[in-house]
Formats: sequence, C-alpha cells, structure tokens
Amino acid sequence: MAAMAAALRGLGGRFRWRTPAVAGGVRGAAQGAVGQWDYDLLVIGGGSGGLACAKEAAQLGRKVAVVDYVEPSPRGTRWGLGGTCVNVGCIPKKLMHQAALLGGLIRDAPHYGWEVAQPVPHDWRKMAEAVQNHVKSLNWGHRVQLHDRKVKYFNVKAGFVDEHTVRGVAKGGKEILLSADHIVIATGGRPRYPAHIEGALEYGITSDDIFWLKESPGKTLVVGASYVALECAGFLTGIGLDTTVMMRSIPLRGFDQQMSSLVTEHMASHGTRFLRGCTPSQVRRLPDGQLQVTWEDHTTGKEGTGTFNTVLWAVGRVPDTRSLNLEKAGVDTSPSTQKILVDSREATSVPHIYAIGDVVEGRPELTPTAVMAGRLLAQRLFGGSSDLMDYDKVPTTVFTPLEYGCVGLSEEEAVARHGQERVEVYHAHYKPLEFTVPGRDASQCYVKMVCLREPPQLVLGLHFLGPNAGEVTQGFALGIKCGASYVQVMQTVGIHPTCSEEVVKLRISKRSGLDPTVTGC
Amino acid sequence: KSSKSPKSPGPGKAGDAPNRRPGHVRGARVASPPERRARLASPGPSSSSEAREELRRRLLGLIERGGVVIFSKSYCPHSTRVKELFSSLGAECYVLELDQVDDGAKIQEVLLEITNQKTVPNIFVNKVHVGGCDQTFQAYQSGLLQKLLHEDSAYDYDLIVIGGGSGGLSCAKEAAILGKKVMVLDFVVPSPQGTSWGLGGTCVNVGCVPKKLMHQAALLGQALHDSRKFGWEYNQQVTHNWETMTKAIQNHIRSLNFGYGLSLREKAVAYVNSYGEFVEHHKIKATNKKGQETYYTAAQFVIATGERPRYLGIQGDKEYCITSDDLFSLPYCPGKTLVVGASYVALECAGFLAGFGLDVTVMVRSILLRGFDQEMAEKVGSYMEQHGVRFLWKFIPVMVQQLEKGSPGKLKVLAKSTEGTETIEEVYNTVLLAIGRDSCTRKIGLEKIGVKINEKSGKIPVNDVEQTSVPYVYAVGDILEGKPELTPVAIQSGKLLARRLFGASLEKIYHTLFWPLEWTVAGRENNTCYAKIICNKFDHDRVIGFHILGPNAGEVTQGFAAAMKCGLTKQLLDDTIGIHPTCGEVFTTLEITKSSGLDITQKGC
Repeated sequence: MAAMAAALRGLGGRFRWRTPAVAGGVRGAAQGAVGQWDYDLLVIGGGSGGLACAKEAAQLGRKVAVVDYVEPSPRGTRWGLGGTCVNVGCIPKKLMHQAALLGGLIRDAPHYGWEVAQPVPHDWRKMAEAVQNHVKSLNWGHRVQLHDRKVKYFNVKAGFVDEHTVRGVAKGGKEILLSADHIVIATGGRPRYPAHIEGALEYGITSDDIFWLKESPGKTLVVGASYVALECAGFLTGIGLDTTVMMRSIPLRGFDQQMSSLVTEHMASHGTRFLRGCTPSQVRRLPDGQLQVTWEDHTTGKEGTGTFNTVLWAVGRVPDTRSLNLEKAGVDTSPSTQKILVDSREATSVPHIYAIGDVVEGRPELTPTAVMAGRLLAQRLFGGSSDLMDYDKVPTTVFTPLEYGCVGLSEEEAVARHGQERVEVYHAHYKPLEFTVPGRDASQCYVKMVCLREPPQLVLGLHFLGPNAGEVTQGFALGIKCGASYVQVMQTVGIHPTCSEEVVKLRISKRSGLDPTVTGC
Repeated sequence: KSSKSPKSPGPGKAGDAPNRRPGHVRGARVASPPERRARLASPGPSSSSEAREELRRRLLGLIERGGVVIFSKSYCPHSTRVKELFSSLGAECYVLELDQVDDGAKIQEVLLEITNQKTVPNIFVNKVHVGGCDQTFQAYQSGLLQKLLHEDSAYDYDLIVIGGGSGGLSCAKEAAILGKKVMVLDFVVPSPQGTSWGLGGTCVNVGCVPKKLMHQAALLGQALHDSRKFGWEYNQQVTHNWETMTKAIQNHIRSLNFGYGLSLREKAVAYVNSYGEFVEHHKIKATNKKGQETYYTAAQFVIATGERPRYLGIQGDKEYCITSDDLFSLPYCPGKTLVVGASYVALECAGFLAGFGLDVTVMVRSILLRGFDQEMAEKVGSYMEQHGVRFLWKFIPVMVQQLEKGSPGKLKVLAKSTEGTETIEEVYNTVLLAIGRDSCTRKIGLEKIGVKINEKSGKIPVNDVEQTSVPYVYAVGDILEGKPELTPVAIQSGKLLARRLFGASLEKIYHTLFWPLEWTVAGRENNTCYAKIICNKFDHDRVIGFHILGPNAGEVTQGFAAAMKCGLTKQLLDDTIGIHPTCGEVFTTLEITKSSGLDITQKGC
C-alpha cells in the first residue's frame, strides 16, 4: 500500500511541482517512502471545501481525518460542523432572505384574493429558532456523513508542528498529534473587525452572530458595502426592522456597477436607509443600553451621530490562518492579505500541503468553488485524475431583496479588456408578471448581456436583477461556459411566462440608444 | 438591394413564437460547410417528384409575392443589363442567382415547366411573366413594363393576417417594420358560455398569462402557510376571495389588450375586429359583430387562428360545462370542481384551484401529460394527490345534468369506466373541460382557395418555411400540423420514445431528489423535488434531455435550454460552478446514474 502510494505520488508529479520553496519536496519524498503517517490525508477545517475533499478522498479508499474547531466570536457565538456556509453564511442568510421575501408576498396576497389583515408582524425569535434548528440538523448530517464514510473527525484547534504533523488542542486543553502524508488547509475566513474604531469590538456584532441572535436586533446599523452587508440589511429591512447601511464608497465593489447601483436603489426605495461616503469613528453604549455611533461624513466634512440597538460590521473577511503556525511547515502567505498562496493545483509552497476555499489568495469566496476545488484535489491526489479547477466564469448571486445574479465579466471589465468599440451590451427593463397584479414597482428589474461586438457576438457576461436570480443565472452560466454567442441565445425558445425568458428576448443594444423597456407580452 | 435570402418575410420571429424549425434546434452548434449555400428546396422530401413539387410551390410563392423577380446568373451579361434597367427605373428587385444556389439547375427545370423558358434572365413583374432580356427591353420600350410595375397596388394589402394572437401579431408587426402594408383580422367567437375577450389571442387572455397569475395566487397561499414558520404572525384562518383575484387579473389583461392595439397602431398595422373568411383567391370577407361584411384583398395571407378548447360531445356539455376560455374570467368562485382531462391545461387548472382550498377532482381517461416524460408526469400527479387533488382514473363523463342554477349551481356528472361497465355519479358546482384543443381552420373558407388541411385534426400541413399548399398562404402557431405545440421537451420525448422503441439504449440518465432550502424551515416534504438529465453516451455525453420538478422550474430551465443549444455536455455541467443555495445548482453536482440504482435522496448542504 505504502509502496503504491509512493508510486502514485511519483506519478502525480511531485517533482514537477518544484517551487522556489527550498528542498521540502525532496525531504518529503524521503519520509513518504517510510510510510509511517497516521493518515493519507488530513484536512484542517470542516467547512464546505474541507468536507468535500475529505469525503472524496475517503470514497477513493484513503485514510482521512478532519479537524475542525470554531473559535467563538468576540460576542461568544459558536456553532457546529460545516463551516461558514452552513452555520453563518449561505444557508441561514438565504433562509432569512426567504423570511423577508415572504413578508413581501404577504403584502401581495390580498391583491390575489387572499384575505389577510395587514400589517402582519414578524417574530424574530420564531424565525431564528427555526433557522437555527435547520442549521443544527445540517451539522448533525455532516457528522453522520463523515462517520458513514469512515472519515475520522476531531473537534480540535489545529496548528502545524512540522510539515507532516499537526497538533490539535481540544476545548479542555487536551492535546493530540496527527500526522499525514497530505495535508489540506481549508480553514476559511472570519469577519473583520475594524479594531481601530473605539467600541467596535466591544459593542458590534458581525455575520458570525446575527443568525444566532435569540432576540431581534432591533434598529440596526450595518457598516460596509459588501454583499454580506447588503444582504443582511436587505432581510433586516424586509422583516420590518429600521435598518441603515453606512458605506464609505461604492456598493458591491468588483460587481457590475450599474447593477450594483440598481440593487441599492431598490433597497432604498423599500425602506433601507443609506449613509453614503461615511465612516464610523466611535461606538458608545448609552445608559439605556442603546449604541450611539459617531461617524464622519466625507462629502460634507461634518460629523454625524445616531443611536441604534445593533451595529453589524460587514467590512470584509480575514483568512483564519493566525493560529495554524504556518511558518513551522513553511507554507507561504501573502504579506498583505495573510491568505495562503497556491498554484493551479492548489499546492502551497510546500508541495504536499494544499489549500482550498476562502483561505486562499485570489480565489472567489464561494461555497461551490471550494466544494469543487476540494473534490477535484482529492481526485488528483488519490484518483489518478489530472483535472484542474477552472476558476473562470464562476456564476454567483447576491440575495438582496431584489436578487442579482451574474456570471462572467462586468460591463466595466469587458470594456477594460476589449475596448468600448468591441463590446456590445444588450439590455432590458422588464416587469415580472407576478408584479403586475399587486402593482409592485419594477423599476429596477433589469437584465443585461455583455457581448463581443464582432459576430457571432460571444457572450462575455450576463447580469440579471429580479426575482429568483440564482435560479435564472445557473443555466445561463453553463451556456456561457459552453461559449454561447448572442446569436445562439437569441435562437433559444423562451419559456413563457417567466423572468428568465427576458434573457433570450434581449434585442436592444445600449449603443442603439433605444428605450430598453419591455412592453407587451 | 439586389439580393435577399430566398425566404418569406419571416412569419413569426424567434422568441415570440415557439420554435417551428426542429431542424435548427440543435443544428446551430455545428453548421456543416455544405449547408452554407442557399437552397430553395428543403432537404426533407424523400422522393424526387415530391421534391420537385415542393420546389415548384416555393417558386410560385416567390412570384406570387409580386414586385420584380429576376432569375439570373451572376456572370450573365444579359442578366446584368436587366438588373441595371430595373435599377434605373427605381424598382426594387428580388434577384435569385441560379449559379449561387445549390439547386439552381432544378430551379431552371421547374421554370421551364412554368414559363416554357429555360434561359436566364427570366423575369416576372407583379406576377406577370415578362420573359427574358430582349422581351423585357421590348416591354420597356412599349411602356408595358412601366404599366406592370405600377400595378403594384392591385391588392388592398401586402399582407393580411387572420388571427391576433402571439404568432399573428408578431408576424404582422414584423412585416410592418419591413415597410409592408399589413392588416390584422381578429375576432373572438364567444365560448358556448358567452365568454369573449380582447386582442392578443390565447396566451394573453385565456392562457399563459392568467394561468400563471392564478398559479402565483396559489403559490402565495402556500407562502402564507410557510410564513408563520418564518416568524410572521397572524392567527386568523386565511380565506381566498376569487372575485378579488379575478378582477385584478382581468384588469391586467385589459391593459395588455390595450397595449397590443397601441403597438399595432404605432406600426401602422390596420386592425379590424372582424371574422375573416376566404371567399376567393387573394380575397377575404370580414364580418363584424353587427354582421356587416367588408371585403379585403392582399398579395399574401398568414393564417394564425390558433385553437379553442374541445367539447366532449355528450349531453349537457356545452350547456353546463366551462373550459379554460371561461375559467379565468368566471365572475364567481367555481366551488367544488371536476376537471376533465389530463393535459397540462387540466393539471395546471386543477393545481391552482386546489391551492385556493377548493375541492378538486381530476377525471383522467388514460395517462397524465401525454407526450411529456412519463416519470416526471407521474411525479407531478402524485404531488398533486398529496396536496389534496383527487384523481379519478380511467373514467370518462357520459352526461352532465343541471340540478340547480346559481353562481355556481349544481351539476350532476355521470361517468363510466373505460375498462369495464362501472359507472359513477357525483355532484359538482363546476365542470371544467380540458380534454384538448381544436384548430380554428374549418370555418375560414380554406376550401374555397384550396388550402389543404388534415381532415382529421384540422391542422394545416406546411413546409419548413410555413408555406401551405397554396403558395401565397402561410400559417403560424398552434394550427400547424406536425410542429411542436410548445417546448423542445415535446420534440425530445418523441425522439426518446422512438429510440426506446427501435434502438439500443444510447442514453445515460443522471438524477437526484432535492429539498429546496426554502422548504426546509417551512417543513415542507423532502425528497419530492426531482432533477434529471439525459445524456447521449455516443456523443460525448451530450445533454439531450433536461427535467426539473420543483419551485421556479421555468426560471431554472430557461438558461439550461440556452446551454443545450450550445451543445451542453455532462462534463460542462460538472465544470460549472453552482450558485449556492439555489435549486438550479443540483444540475452541477449530478453524480448518480439511474442505471446504478443508487439512493438519490439529498443529504447535507
């Protein structure tokens, strides 16, 4: 077995991965031949990427262990196995988004003949409990799956001892040493606290806490302009809370800016307050328990203050690498971001140590990319595969009240890469059929397809703002991956009446200057 | 403008009408070089005499369109002289260069049959055969040519479209944009229950639009139910008010009717709210509501009269039953309802009626959703059954009797088994017939001008440019014979069935059950939603079938349909990153093949 493993490693091209990272490769090979490691694979971090990698490796018949440990947030929130996505990310976020959407549907219902006395109040405790119960069932499910696949699970905090050995410290202080032939770092990231702001750490919460609050956060200030900030502000507003977003500059940096401004425009028209060009300078707790926030308004140069029940920081995330003692293994990180540097095979500067997911420099911070990267890595390590993870044209959706789905290039990026003259943008303002009866405003329902201008007009990017944007975008992401051209998209028959058919009906180019409002059926 | 592609001015633009060219559905991805050249005849017909007949029809269609038609060869100096002559007269010509099309030689043979002239150029002006180069110049000198050119206005219109539904309107508007003088005749014959509606056809008035809005209303009922689990608090029993909903939906439809009228006016299309009927070649009689008759002529016609619901032909059906024509504007709640039929119309209506809390029974003669994937169809049926819809299998109604008048009244339905002698009797408030639709082609004078229809189905056979047996008459929409009435799914199922019957298994089927995240907290059932793709093993696992049962299925399917058009393979699906958490992402992680028989219930995130 060990000989075979060594042979496979040889085939896997260990020596081809020579990186400027000293002679670790040679040393590793010498030790590997001895074959005395506890595990074939040790995964540090039980989030989406780590679990996927571990399960795949186990499926391929390897001896695998996962270590996972959730450092409580400064507010003391902690959770179970499954990582950010399951516990404090995608899953609870989308469920709370759904709760907010239901609020909108309740207001629609009377127009459709349902007799419901308005307004209908919302009970945070009930929602939070239901959401948390679901998350706990997922935690349990992950445990069971690891058990089923004979993956050993340790609830310990891990740090490298050397390049093949990791020390795990359990909650009670008990220590264990685990050694493995291959090690995958998948520790993800945690919300950043703006530590320089007085009171930020003491009184603020982050997305690590919001989904686990037992009581309603009440009047909330969300600081930040990331998708996390806007999603949280969106559902808080949607369940009836007084919510303010404070942002320093532009919303959703990196996303198409026209779409981003439509997203915030929609939020503003649905009750979310925005403080633009402002940065907080201090958070104080008033005698009645409320939080007084002082901020600087950079446009007027004046100082502003306001009181809130909750201040939520959503100003970015930092990789969870501090306690890993990466230097003991010789794993290089980026000096500016502290994220781990890897090559296209996810190998770090130490060839038998890999990193996947949010902890890696330059990777999209998305669950499905981590899952796929983890699975492919295991297949390369133990399944004789050579398939690399393709990080191009990754679709994603921002679950703001009006959802924004996108894949491929933003309009700005397309113009930057190809030049204004070589890019054609098709767009439409449309009205979802479901909006007509309750008379909902559809000013921000918009779809835009960014194409090369030269026939057959290869599609570079698709941007969709409207209900069910994620469901709409997924299939088109595939089309774009298959090299869809504008012509091919136009040849696709619409599904009537849906919102996604607007994509295959895009006829008006921005260049034409014609009105892109869809009229009629 | 000297040369155009030899096609009709495009009845039905892509996107508005369902795809009518099955040959193009998947072909777009690899256009083989030999097909780059224009062809007048479709490669379809098998025997050469059939092909010849087809070509003749095309050529006559071209000539019947009027204007100047020149059959030419690009290198022929005589042809060039003629083209220059017409150009100097400011006449727009349709030029077909016979040396540049694949079937040029055949066209020349057919021209010989039609005109007794084989040489080029061969010139027609407003349907009159002028002859070759010399004759044309003679006609020019004698003034005949100028006279022929000005006979352009012999018809009232370039195009008359009969039927103002999705297909007819898009065709009319497109022709108008291309500078043609166009008329649309639209007239809704009231249903036996007296229901009628405005411009826009089935989709807008009694189809897709009101059906999806009622579907949405039913979904809202479920959303209300869910919302309590998501923390929204109200305790009272929520009831549904049919009148409020119907009024709101009808208001929306009226605004759409108005919009259609407006868009026709904007494009200078003449709209006449009259019943159109052919009386002789190129001539139509239009009868309005008051019975006043007007006659119009046109160079070309498009028939787009669509279909109307079928009746059973049993005692009491037209007197007491309603159809989808009546349901969406019914002024009162239908109450306890029997839906007869198993078409998608039947199941959709039964679904939303049950969603409003009504007692709904579906009477099915044989199978659900004929033509659709039967596994999916069964799952749809069992989901509905779990949600309170009752199914009466293998029964057909034989008599409907009114017990009580009212809004709604009471109807007694007598039904008999299709398998034995058993009969059942039950009382309903409303009986909705959804047993199929018949083409509106039998009372529009088609026989007067010789347009062939399928006597049995009433459908109109057309070639691949939508031309009927009469060269200047075209047809679009639901009345076409042998064309998919709706989705590419129908095409696909037919293909699969044929393979199942005659061929070895070429398919690999991947599938999974899934639990939409939104359903988890709401405590809705797990392992109900289902996704399935079918791949062709011998064509790089190309995806040839795509099926999803779950929320927002339309929104999910659309993009994948575009991807299938681009030659989607299983590998590409696997390489695609999911959008998390959505339902659509299940397609990027399909691992279990059906033949493996492995468990497909979903666990984890």
